[in-house]
Amino acid sequence: MLYSAVIEYALNLCLYYKGIIFMKVLVPIKRVVDYNVKVRAKSDESGVDLANVKMAINPFCEIAVEEAVRLQEEGKASEVIAVSIGTEASQEQLRTALALGADKAILVQTEVEVEPLGVAKLLKAVVEKENPDLIILGKQAIDDDANQTGQMLAALLNYPQGTFASEIELKDGGIEVTREVDGGLQTVSLSLPAIVTTDLRLNEPRYASLPNIMKAKKKPLDVITTEDLNVDVMPRLNTLKVSPPPERASGVIVETVDELVDKLKNEAKVIT
Amino acid sequence: MNFDLSEDQIVFQNLAKEFAAKELAPFAAKWDSESYFPKEVIEKAGELGFCSLYVPEEDGGMNLGRLDASIIIEQLSTGCTSTTAFITIHNMALWMLSKFGKEKLKKEWCPSLSSGKKLASYCLTESGAGSDAASIKTTAKKTNDGYIINGSKSFISGSGETDCLILMARTGKEGAGGISCFLIPANSKGIDYGKKEEKMGWKNQPTRIVNLTEVKVPKDNLIGEEGQGFKIAMQGLDGGRINIATCSIGTAQAALSSAQQYMNEREQFGKKIGEFQALQFKLADMTTELVAARHFVRLAANKVDNNHPEATTYSAMAKRFATDVGFNVCNEALQIFGGYGYIQEYPLERYVRDVRVHQILEGTNEIMRMIIGRRMMMEDATNLVQ
Repeated sequence: MLYSAVIEYALNLCLYYKGIIFMKVLVPIKRVVDYNVKVRAKSDESGVDLANVKMAINPFCEIAVEEAVRLQEEGKASEVIAVSIGTEASQEQLRTALALGADKAILVQTEVEVEPLGVAKLLKAVVEKENPDLIILGKQAIDDDANQTGQMLAALLNYPQGTFASEIELKDGGIEVTREVDGGLQTVSLSLPAIVTTDLRLNEPRYASLPNIMKAKKKPLDVITTEDLNVDVMPRLNTLKVSPPPERASGVIVETVDELVDKLKNEAKVIT
Repeated sequence: MNFDLSEDQIVFQNLAKEFAAKELAPFAAKWDSESYFPKEVIEKAGELGFCSLYVPEEDGGMNLGRLDASIIIEQLSTGCTSTTAFITIHNMALWMLSKFGKEKLKKEWCPSLSSGKKLASYCLTESGAGSDAASIKTTAKKTNDGYIINGSKSFISGSGETDCLILMARTGKEGAGGISCFLIPANSKGIDYGKKEEKMGWKNQPTRIVNLTEVKVPKDNLIGEEGQGFKIAMQGLDGGRINIATCSIGTAQAALSSAQQYMNEREQFGKKIGEFQALQFKLADMTTELVAARHFVRLAANKVDNNHPEATTYSAMAKRFATDVGFNVCNEALQIFGGYGYIQEYPLERYVRDVRVHQILEGTNEIMRMIIGRRMMMEDATNLVQ
């Protein structure tokens, strides 16, 4: 085991100096309610009812893992590290990331529901420990839809960022990110280390096969705490209430075009 | 005693569920209507490990137990009953090779069968030997360097599309003790496939007669010893029965979910049909029986995993019960859908057609009762059910 690790290290070192393989990729992932679940707000409006609800890896984070694993399979990355912040249960999602191909995992364990700024601060601390060349995150989590963590992390680290990526390509020691923006695609070139956040069309994640699920059980998963990283994650925001969207009212059949135009103008107010 | 699934089993279940929802369910109706055998999808299932669930790792398998396998198969069959049923038959045939085959033969076939790149058909039944399987007439005559096989096999799943046959033939005297098991490459000289049978269900996998005329097989292709074939067949069938019972459970679960959803949508007499107590009672019975059947199947799988002395009896009971319940649940779900259940726009009629055969194959449910009944007439039998 040690012997093979030494060989691997030596090999990576050789490849590093040849400029072929050098990148360490960090992929932060979040445990969220599975996208197939129809969520229910708690009756006291304090949040979403999570009792007996199927949880999963956030779909955008899964795309991030897939992209990192592909980079490694193409020989462009040397190591893929998955990191999650949450309760002990988040280990399930880290195991999924390991089964998809990540090499090792880190859980920053906390009982606090950490907000995007807190997550970004914790990730900054992890980055300072692990020194990745590239950090790929999901553009947002499907539970709170904040879409802030990647950007905040870039600001805290003072790294360049390429958000909403639909394509990435390593080029001339940097990375080219094609971004999905309003009205088209924008391509930006970033120097490393850099932050990329994934959009839906970047790739289609693979299934974690049964053999890889078994292998994942043997991969290292370190557990640390927010205190270990010396980061204060107490919430800054106060949630007033969480309530379901109003039920869609049934439609009406209009008799004439004039009536339709009238309704669009005066009732829906979508035309003037 | 713990009735909850383990962490691993939940992960396996999720994987199979996702695969069924994305790769099977959206296409099942089309495959059924076009009688299309989706080999490329089975190969994809093989890449994830579904084609070699309970085969040891050294033969390229996943080395899971029968209970683990049942949890996976149940989810797959919610997507497509017929494709999943074929995958289970392949698993069973591969298990026979892996468990009893000689090293040389295993080296040649196990890796590609385990990964689903190649597929196996299981050949026991003959036109004159169905329930009375020990009366098969196909012969394997010993020569200097192998065997020559003559005979005909009926109702062979996948035949004409698969790569090898795991086949039972007579090498010795009349009865069970004269039967041996062989692996025969599907394209061997002297093999001739009959026409595709027109079936009620399981339409997306071909079923044919396989005729064998002077088919030469090397001696290494004998699986197990001469005369051991029937024992291998019966041992394989314990697991096979659990698999088929599981396919009924998964399909019934899909039918139940559809019916429940429909009862919450469909309105008649100015209210949701789910508000009628007659239908609520129907749904209650369907759910109760399905849960009972599921746990019976898992219990039997657990007995097989632990080499319990009564594993065969438990497998027979579970198969009889779960395939009857499975059919009834699908049929009642169709009834809830009314006329819409009877047309092919909805999957209910396909569910009914597909699970019907589970009451017939891997030993008819009457044969299951024979196995259970004979055992129950033995002196110590009441201990069995305590």
